[in-house]
Amino acid sequence: METAAEQIPLEGFLFVAAIIFSLGVYGVLSRRNAIQILMSVELMLNAVAVNFVAFAVYTDPELFRGLIFGIFVIIVAAAEVGLALGIILNVFRSRATANVDEVSELKW
Amino acid sequence: MTVAEVVFYILAIVAIVASIGVVTTPNVVHAALFLILSLLGVAGFYILLSNEFLALVQILIYAGTISVLMLLGLMLTRGREQNLPSVGAGAQWPLALLGSLVLGGVLLTAVLDVNWPRDTGVVTLVNINTLGGALFHDWLLPFEIVSVVLTVALIGAVVIAHQTEEEA
Repeated sequence: METAAEQIPLEGFLFVAAIIFSLGVYGVLSRRNAIQILMSVELMLNAVAVNFVAFAVYTDPELFRGLIFGIFVIIVAAAEVGLALGIILNVFRSRATANVDEVSELKW
Repeated sequence: MTVAEVVFYILAIVAIVASIGVVTTPNVVHAALFLILSLLGVAGFYILLSNEFLALVQILIYAGTISVLMLLGLMLTRGREQNLPSVGAGAQWPLALLGSLVLGGVLLTAVLDVNWPRDTGVVTLVNINTLGGALFHDWLLPFEIVSVVLTVALIGAVVIAHQTEEEA
């Protein structure tokens, strides 16, 4: 009985992760709401974590360094969301908006 | 087609369609719900990669905690209007689409073009005992550092979001 990972080529996971990463890039560049930009960043982090885990399972079964990196990516994402939401709340309190194009004091 | 392949294609379609929903819907609450769906699809990938621990962490932390944090943030930044926040794309979206299409094209060509290394055809499963042993033995210092990072970030979030008396 072969495992599920043996029936699916590594390229399959890389392919899907590349598509999700590009969608995340599009979201970061095009969205106006700060929280939706944050969600797009989460999509990109997720795609990277899938890549790490897929490479660990397929090419590095003894040390599985990619799995550890995947766990660290999730932890850092949690820290990042907490901090970013604090900043967005603060911006909302002083500007009464969460849209990044209306917070343009540093625009040159 | 084997069962695993069918499951993989279903999960891939769910994850990609939900991700498209996240970055295209103008309704921000719908985007958050699409994000949960996409994260659950990725959790399914982890199960397919025989890593149920990471799948559970993904569901608990990403699909559970982070999505609830996002929804709470949406609730607190809603402003005076009563209906759900609906924010369209900025005027720069054609350029953003072009840029991400170019990047996606490069990435997909690279994925299809490179002959990826694959030691054997056999995939050894990493069980949770081995993973925990490695995490607390070989990776102890990074583990401690990342826990300090998480603590500092959360304390920082509280400090930043804290409302003092004179601001109120």
